[in-house]
Amino acid sequence: MVSRSPRSDSAPRRPTAAQFRRWGVDPLWSRVVEVPSSDGSTYTWHVLERSPEAPIATIVCVHGNPTWSFYWRSLLERLGDRYRVIAVDQLGMGFSQRTAQRPFAQRVTDLGDVLSVLDLSGPVVTVAHDWGGPISLGWALDEAARTDTCSLAGVVLCNTGVAVPAGRKAPALIRLAAAGPLTDFVGRRTRIFVDGTLMLSGKRVARAARDGYRAPYRRAADRYAVSEFVGDVPFTPAHPSAAAIDQVAQDLRSLTVPTLLAWGARDPVFNDDFALDLAARVPHADKHRFPGMGHLVVEETDVAALIDGWLSERVLHAAPVVRAEPIVHAETPPIWAAIEAKRTDTSAAFVDGGTGTTTSFAAFHDRVMGVAGALAARGVKPGDRVAVLVQPGVDLLSTAYGCWRAGAVTVIADRGLGLRGLGAAVRAADVSLVIGAPKALAAARTMRWARGAELLSVSALSKLAALGSRLPPAPKAGDPAAILYTSGATGPAKGVRYRHGQMAAQRDVLATLYGITESDRLVAAFAPFALYGPAFGITSTIPNVDVAAPGTLTADALAAAVTSVDATIVFASPAALLNVNNTANGRHTVFSKLRLVLSAGAPVPIATLRATAALCPNAELHTPYGMTECLPVADIDLTAIDAAGAGNGVCVGQPVPGVSVLIAPLGLDADRALEPLPAGTTGEVVVRAPWVSDGYNQLWRTEHEARPRTSDGRVWHRSGDVGHIDTHGRLWIEGRSVHVIHADGNPITPVPIEVAVEALDGIAKVAAVGVGPTGCQQLVVVVQDAQRPIGLADEVLIERVRAAVPHAVAAVITVHTLPVDIRHNTKIDRTAVALWASEILAGHRARCNW
Amino acid sequence: MQLVKVLVTGASSLLARRTVEALLARGDEVVCLQRHEAPVDTDQVLGDVRDEALVADAARGCDAIIHAAAKVGVVGSWEQFRSINVDGTASVVAAAASTHVSRLVHVSTPSVAHSGHSIVGAAADAPFIGRSGAWYAESKALGENLARAAASDDLAVVTIRPHLVWGPGDTQLVGRIVDRARSGRLALVGNGAALIDTTYIDCASSALVAALDAAVPGAACNGRAYVIANGEPRPIRELVMGICRAAGIEVTPRSVPLPLAMAAGGVIERLWNVRRATTEPPLTRFLAEQLGTAHWFDPRPARDDLGWVPTVTIDEGLRRLRDWFRESS
Repeated sequence: MVSRSPRSDSAPRRPTAAQFRRWGVDPLWSRVVEVPSSDGSTYTWHVLERSPEAPIATIVCVHGNPTWSFYWRSLLERLGDRYRVIAVDQLGMGFSQRTAQRPFAQRVTDLGDVLSVLDLSGPVVTVAHDWGGPISLGWALDEAARTDTCSLAGVVLCNTGVAVPAGRKAPALIRLAAAGPLTDFVGRRTRIFVDGTLMLSGKRVARAARDGYRAPYRRAADRYAVSEFVGDVPFTPAHPSAAAIDQVAQDLRSLTVPTLLAWGARDPVFNDDFALDLAARVPHADKHRFPGMGHLVVEETDVAALIDGWLSERVLHAAPVVRAEPIVHAETPPIWAAIEAKRTDTSAAFVDGGTGTTTSFAAFHDRVMGVAGALAARGVKPGDRVAVLVQPGVDLLSTAYGCWRAGAVTVIADRGLGLRGLGAAVRAADVSLVIGAPKALAAARTMRWARGAELLSVSALSKLAALGSRLPPAPKAGDPAAILYTSGATGPAKGVRYRHGQMAAQRDVLATLYGITESDRLVAAFAPFALYGPAFGITSTIPNVDVAAPGTLTADALAAAVTSVDATIVFASPAALLNVNNTANGRHTVFSKLRLVLSAGAPVPIATLRATAALCPNAELHTPYGMTECLPVADIDLTAIDAAGAGNGVCVGQPVPGVSVLIAPLGLDADRALEPLPAGTTGEVVVRAPWVSDGYNQLWRTEHEARPRTSDGRVWHRSGDVGHIDTHGRLWIEGRSVHVIHADGNPITPVPIEVAVEALDGIAKVAAVGVGPTGCQQLVVVVQDAQRPIGLADEVLIERVRAAVPHAVAAVITVHTLPVDIRHNTKIDRTAVALWASEILAGHRARCNW
Repeated sequence: MQLVKVLVTGASSLLARRTVEALLARGDEVVCLQRHEAPVDTDQVLGDVRDEALVADAARGCDAIIHAAAKVGVVGSWEQFRSINVDGTASVVAAAASTHVSRLVHVSTPSVAHSGHSIVGAAADAPFIGRSGAWYAESKALGENLARAAASDDLAVVTIRPHLVWGPGDTQLVGRIVDRARSGRLALVGNGAALIDTTYIDCASSALVAALDAAVPGAACNGRAYVIANGEPRPIRELVMGICRAAGIEVTPRSVPLPLAMAAGGVIERLWNVRRATTEPPLTRFLAEQLGTAHWFDPRPARDDLGWVPTVTIDEGLRRLRDWFRESS
């Protein structure tokens, strides 16, 4: 493996057409250019280039170390029919000529040299990765400085850096590789650096692609530049390249063109800290963070699609930032208004379900304002993000309202995400302060959820709150307030941004919809809903139940909670209500005092509603429909459910006043104007309301795709649910859009099939999924049955299912359990079911790994 | 539909016979060419499809040829497979060129593009060459390439690859399953859940007729290949048990793991070759793999380009099969 080879200036032999094809590269893209260098020599550069006759713009791609232009093949493939896409092999790298060592400043000049020979015209967007980042920026900033002929139209940066982020050391792996004699060994004499880079991305790099990445670096003589690149990383100010790179880092603050940071979050080298450092230097940058992806992010996931959408939106249209509009009128009272109004009220604001301790409104007010003052005194600035890892209770309520009053943005990830999900959520949120119980803080510290953030225990905070620091100015309706998390039932949990005005609007619509007045008292059996109590200015409590297992709530525990506050309203998840019904013994007369029972978060089985109605004879039973990004969208009560009867899907009722609902075509393209479908047609549910969230955290593309516009310019939110509106204006939900079965002919929605099969005797839970490619998928019905063997159903069951379903059913399978989400314990992960069914029905062995 | 005169080669096979009947039924003129007299009620030329002069003679006065003659199975030398499936096709193509024939429907097989993995909703991929051993598929791949290369403005060539054809009178699939079930030797490969699409015999013949009608110079289908199947993939166990039930047999088939079946198939094939047997072996690697992994296809290309949709559903086919067994017993 170790070899000594003399330095030569010849490039490795260019791959054959067959090799290029095997790697997914059109051999016609590959060419060499002779470039006179500013150092007096002429060098042979290898470039991959693809262009239509009349390109919209030129995309210049600069690779890092130790990759080559091959890294950008997905961009040539996807964008090359509209853009001129040029990916250069830097000198000494890829299949470009080998040269003497080229320090950073020389490489910037080199890039300029080759680009001038390639004769760029029209707007130019640079795209770069790894150490290609500072080099491309060096060129781009020079270009941007040319006021007369500037062609720079955009900058894209993937897992790169221009400076070691404040408060941390340079990447340990690179420091190690750059440590004196090791550099040559790791980079040139052996393939450790080349192979190691591929290893960082593991199986996400396909075998053929690995071959492509290694191709130009097979001989030690071809790897001089690999080790010299590593050696050129300035770890000390005295390093010859330090000043030049530092200049780029400084000048970056003057960059005004649209900028995109496309980031693989699992990169041990250029991790989130580098992304934050760049974001701080380019505050207008759009960010898209890929949680599961690593250093070679462009190789690992579809960054080309992200860049494609971003170019159309930002560079070609130069469109204004997409916002959920309208922002609520500024005169809406803030979310803490009721707390302020009751500052002298000695009645109970919150009763602790475990200890029975009561906190009065007056005390709660002082606590909230104390927290706000303390946070400001500790240097928390408006807009700073604060992770609140506190168990539901008065501590959580006062901390959250204190943060909001101080203008901080709360990051509240509930235990329903699971520990890993919780960590991922906090990590993605860029928090500057973590408030939590000692246990939570220890977890945050050991699992490095929030590097560089301060940690503050709840008890320390309450001591600080008692000091009575001066209150900071209150935030406005348009200011950011919170990041909430989706349940992650259909992919990684997404952070959802809310502004103060949006939260206040949500409070107002719920109060109006359910007639909530000061005479109401709330039991929040779905713990996050306890946060609404102080906003409504009503007494609230949380029953004594494990927050991570709401389905264990007993009738006794709920009755105790209802008694403790003399409750009029109960909010509980469907799973909790089910268990309450199952544990009720007919002696809970206190439930007759309830006037309203709300259940949401997942479809509520009709049997649960009926049993609850029997238990709470004087209560109206409502189930609001909505999602983390917009709640409520619609509402229905038991009477209306009965009136709606059976239909295609689950009826969720009329849209609530103030919300607009449209049905959009499936597979909607967010780059085009949204054309609603006529009533009765099945499509994706899109909504618009003052309480729709602002957008997603660090997910530019997700946000862009979730927010289409109608031709009148209004912005809508895609719910991700599929359904239709009936002739009475009621909304019916037929499943998630990602779960639609794209069969030959019309798409098939899963929920109506599941409803039909679940109506059969002895069948409780069913998932309808598609296997095979989009457009000719086959419908497969998976029935949960703990008594039958896993696999193909018996003939009797197959017959019954086929008779109940109005579509061709390719196969009926039974499983012992179907996978459900942690938070609600009811939403079936049909994607996981479909993957498993695909394997089984392909003839492979597969285990249900849920 | 304008009536035409059609030469059908290999009319002793079930599929070709049914196609001849379908053509005759709608009033087309048909002439058949095969080695031995076939039970079809039309003119027959007896002889070898490799005899170019004979084929050209038979094709004289025809507008179209359906080339269904082939050597199938696993028994035989490479030379035998190559000679019939490649040279035979060359002879048909040459005959078409030397006469007034303007349409050629070439009957191929999905196995020409099959590399041994499961097929899930695939289109008709390009044939590949270079297998070791699978002589039927290899020779059919060469033959298909040859036929498709002959597509021109004067001769429209459409290739049809019917997938697992079955029905009353079928000895290949139905015959084997029923034999094995009767003798208690019926085994399923793997978990029996592999989704397999099949073609009821009447659908396969109607597809050949549709291809004949669509094959005009300039049509989108000229020079292309289409996999034909019912478009109703079912788990192999359901299908096998459905066929058994149609034959009046109630069985619960045993299950053999796929790797074991593949290995056994390989051993059996070698034994058969060593013995120079003239009967088909009970299990081959191809069969094991066909029965143990998913095989189903995208129905859209055939529908879009040939205007063909299946005419008899799997369930209806099974009913007809049951009636046929009842009548013939």
